[in-house]
Amino acid sequence: MTTLTPAIKHSSLCLNPSLRRNRLDRLFTTIAGGFSLIAVLPLFLVLIYVILQGGRLISINLFTQLPPAPGLDGGGIGNALIGTFVVTLVASLIAIPVGVGGGIFLAEYSKSGPFAQFIRLGNDILAGVPSIICGVFVYGAIVATRVFFGQSYTAAAGGMALAILMLPTVIKTTDEGLRLVPKALSMGAIGVGASKFVTITRITLPSAFTPIATGVVLGIARAAGETAPLIFTALFSPFWPEGVFNPIATMSVLIYNFAIMPFDAQNELAWAASFVLVVLILGANLLARWLRRFASM
Amino acid sequence: MTMTMPRKTPAITNQSCLSLEKVTISYGSFEAVRDVYLEIPRGKVTAFIGPSGCGKSTVLRGLNRMNDLIEGCTLKGRVIFDGQDIYAPEVDPVEVRRRIGMVFQQPNPFPKSIYENIAFGARINGFTGDMDELVESSLRKAFIWDETKDKLKESGNSLSGGQQQRLCIARAIAIEPEVILMDEPCSALDPISTLKIEELMHELKKTFSIVIVTHNMQQAVRVSDQTAFFNAEAVEGGTGKVGYLVEFDETERIFNSPLQQATQDYVTGRFG
Repeated sequence: MTTLTPAIKHSSLCLNPSLRRNRLDRLFTTIAGGFSLIAVLPLFLVLIYVILQGGRLISINLFTQLPPAPGLDGGGIGNALIGTFVVTLVASLIAIPVGVGGGIFLAEYSKSGPFAQFIRLGNDILAGVPSIICGVFVYGAIVATRVFFGQSYTAAAGGMALAILMLPTVIKTTDEGLRLVPKALSMGAIGVGASKFVTITRITLPSAFTPIATGVVLGIARAAGETAPLIFTALFSPFWPEGVFNPIATMSVLIYNFAIMPFDAQNELAWAASFVLVVLILGANLLARWLRRFASM
Repeated sequence: MTMTMPRKTPAITNQSCLSLEKVTISYGSFEAVRDVYLEIPRGKVTAFIGPSGCGKSTVLRGLNRMNDLIEGCTLKGRVIFDGQDIYAPEVDPVEVRRRIGMVFQQPNPFPKSIYENIAFGARINGFTGDMDELVESSLRKAFIWDETKDKLKESGNSLSGGQQQRLCIARAIAIEPEVILMDEPCSALDPISTLKIEELMHELKKTFSIVIVTHNMQQAVRVSDQTAFFNAEAVEGGTGKVGYLVEFDETERIFNSPLQQATQDYVTGRFG
């Protein structure tokens, strides 16, 4: 009778750091950690730089005054701040109803047929269209043709260009949010005699409110920071906004215009506007995160 | 000893509430259940039993056009309710579901307050009376009033599984349907909650006709007056098994002296 010698020798249960697998483990952990640090580095560099350059310029006057004429000092970005809100509001008023409606159609009515597949694909492509192309399109369709009471550059045209940028995000999050609502819930509503319309508006849509709101907020955050579609649609104005059918100043275009001017006052306003814009967009993203956490509770 | 006496057809036909005539339900080209003739009596509890995949839940959903929501699902034959074929083109399925309510396998209260869970169905059905009274009476009828009367404003999801299912039953009876369909209402519940729901069914059949699908044969014996046994068989040239109705009779007979050997095998556990 022979005793069986084990083919694999049992070693100590304690961790041996010099083993090949353990050394590789540490190496790859370090590499992956390093790359992830590099990935977030730009975010912190940009934030720190903008805070240092723009943060010190924050004052009451910044929010209440017009930009100064070239060569003069002081002034603020009050008109651009209002302008950004106006243009984003116009964009939201267009993109939210259309986007949420489109998302409802895709998720609830379309039965995922070829038409719905086509819309989904088109929507994904629209999400990848460069923003300047949205601007050129609106310029060609609305600004150059002067459809708004003979006006060429208008806040409304700028809002439309931004709406095109917002749409894909809103449609996609609405579609996906609605499809995440358990089927049993809508079955329950239909089982007590609710029509499809009542089921969607009273049961499914409220259940998907949080993902939809998150998508809308993210869409607004993206639109508010865009410059390219606004340069030749909303243009710019050194004056207070005069309604949506006139050119309007926005913070992103103000930054674009003032950052390259040979005047210190304008350059400083560009930095201040950058700071305000970054804070607003950061705030919107945090709001979206908060909404998401609210949903998972 | 076997009974050889010819048996009269089950139930008194003028008391039937739903009748199925040569009903065949298919998912796409696949027939799930074929040629069902069935007379569901009024004011009684009718149980559907049978192995998985025999089409009993499919037939149940066919009774209030719930299958309309499943893509590719079609029904041939006639389902007569109140003198009307509910699959006739002029019928509004929403109206059908208002008169034939449904309770599902998984409790699915709406993410609203307990009060609103009950009030929702009534409101969309144009109820104009005293809503507080309706909510209370519905919850009382579903034996859940005592547990919920102090927290009507709390979410329906805050209740336990068994309470949620009774809330769903309360929600179904609040719209005063004539028939309540229950698709394995106790399969997700513990024995105590199951018992409560079974007691509730005995109470409810005084007012409503009830059709219940169950995998639990003891439950069928305990709650039902009539039992339909479905089975599935492979067909030549088919891709899967097709369900069919084997036998429909008083529950006592189905379990004690069924006519068909297949029924006998199933109810005594010698199936397969």
